[in-house]
Amino acid sequence: MAEARFPRPDRRRNWPLWIGTSLLVVYVAIACFGPLVAPHDPNAQDLLGVLEAPSPAHLLGTDQIGRDLLARLIVGARFTLSAALLAVAIAAAIGVTLGLVAGYSGGRVDAIITGLVDLLLTIPSLILAIAIASVIGAGMTGLVVATTASFVPRLARLIRGRVLEIREEDYIQAAITAGTRRAKILRRHILPNAMTIVIIETSLLAGQAVLVGAALGFLGLGVQPPAPEWGTMLGAGREFIEVAPHLVLAPGLAISLLVFAFNLFGDGLRDRLDPRQNL
Amino acid sequence: MLGFILIRLARMPLIAFGVVTIVFFIFKAVPGDEAQMMAGATASQVDIELLRTRLGLDRPILTQYATRMLGLVTGDLGYSSTFRGNPLPHILTRVPATLALTVAAILVTILIGIPAGVLAAVRQGSWVDYTLSFLVVGLLAIPNFWLGLVLIIFLSVEWRLLPSFGFTGWASLVMPTAALAARLLALVARMTRGVVIDELGKDYVRTARAKGVAGAAIVRHHVLRNAMIPTVTVIGLETGYLLGGSVVVERLFAWPGIGDLMINAIGARDFTLVQAITVIFVIGFLIINLIVELLYLAINPRLRHG
Repeated sequence: MAEARFPRPDRRRNWPLWIGTSLLVVYVAIACFGPLVAPHDPNAQDLLGVLEAPSPAHLLGTDQIGRDLLARLIVGARFTLSAALLAVAIAAAIGVTLGLVAGYSGGRVDAIITGLVDLLLTIPSLILAIAIASVIGAGMTGLVVATTASFVPRLARLIRGRVLEIREEDYIQAAITAGTRRAKILRRHILPNAMTIVIIETSLLAGQAVLVGAALGFLGLGVQPPAPEWGTMLGAGREFIEVAPHLVLAPGLAISLLVFAFNLFGDGLRDRLDPRQNL
Repeated sequence: MLGFILIRLARMPLIAFGVVTIVFFIFKAVPGDEAQMMAGATASQVDIELLRTRLGLDRPILTQYATRMLGLVTGDLGYSSTFRGNPLPHILTRVPATLALTVAAILVTILIGIPAGVLAAVRQGSWVDYTLSFLVVGLLAIPNFWLGLVLIIFLSVEWRLLPSFGFTGWASLVMPTAALAARLLALVARMTRGVVIDELGKDYVRTARAKGVAGAAIVRHHVLRNAMIPTVTVIGLETGYLLGGSVVVERLFAWPGIGDLMINAIGARDFTLVQAITVIFVIGFLIINLIVELLYLAINPRLRHG
């Protein structure tokens, strides 16, 4: 056995996993049902009540054109969450494919993929994301592609390393000897065994994806206004920081708590699935 | 040792050429007419054609690529519409500001992160330890620019202690440094804590203790040296974060470095400048990594013959 799938599940003591999961469930629920529970229309302007401090009528106050901040945060959850999850999912698909092919083929294919990945890794990932977002233009597509591209090299290298380990296992050698086709070995034996590390890494990367997305939004390269994406809201609120600090405090807290949830979830998952890697 | 440095230095231009190639083709993927996009929506046809000639976009793509590569050797990074010419001298005047910010962040990381980690380790299980662990988890979740914004709200707007943007003296460096260093600080404190706890359980510490060496002296003379290694590791692994993060932090504080210039360039659709700055960042990345590897060798003599 290369890797036990479920080594000693000790559910009671893995509180990071449970807190992380609970928080994520709340976020996903808000993202799904946000427009139904939002106290106001997120785009309804009230020019007589701009930059209001939090009050019973507007629990988190209003922004520069009198829109309810709480409603915008609730409805905006879907942008931040879907951009991050989509980017991580696509990055995982591409990274796993590249890593599998490079690690298992070896030779020239491996040299080309590894060379390219190593080159891309020398571009700081946020710089790469900013460059790509500037090429594609601001918007959801640019945001997702940029975030994806900045994660692919890291994942590809990680998976390749894992595949090289797995390839040396006896059962793979046995399968080769038995004449199993290459595609089948990859699909049936190597991929399932590499999956643990993929799942752990992607859940940790999801938190990073939220941070990258927020940074791009803050720089004006993310989802464009009036869409209530949190990073974009932070960028817009920066101008009013002296008169209405709640405009930057609330979205920032929403982002931080989401990243916190993904980090706890990822750490907890690592403890649960891969006890060897505990630091 | 010298051979190692020479090999690394010799590889640097090769990597730089590779990265420039990748960046060049990424920017060739701009949808639509490149010259028109860079000239802007209000530009006349004459202006667009003029810019096209200046940028060399009327020539075959391989000629453009060859020109870019040759320019890398001669120091000509292309035609930047912002500076109406080679942007390299203008970029270089902004490098010191970015360098000051990143170096300050690394220093703060070392001066606060290591002592915090050691303190948490020697007081393992106490409220100090738990408070620090909580802070670490918190700092890793907070976006650096949001931390910067919160600092501005309290230190500039509420208490009027520090200037909130630009460079008006060394006080200007405080908040950008804090915003940039937070993540590194948290990672270093966490790793130092782990390593020190590990080291304290080892035989040589028990021997020292049996000989009657005081606890503080053991940490100072023996444990701390080993605890330097994770700090160097973290800085090496997070070089990318440090440089990428500097762009956002510089933008927030209008810090006059190359990250701020990069965002200005994107706003002005000056893609030559964006590419040039990307390459400068990559060179910075390679230099920092070289320094990190040399530090490894300095701290851990066992690696020297590896």
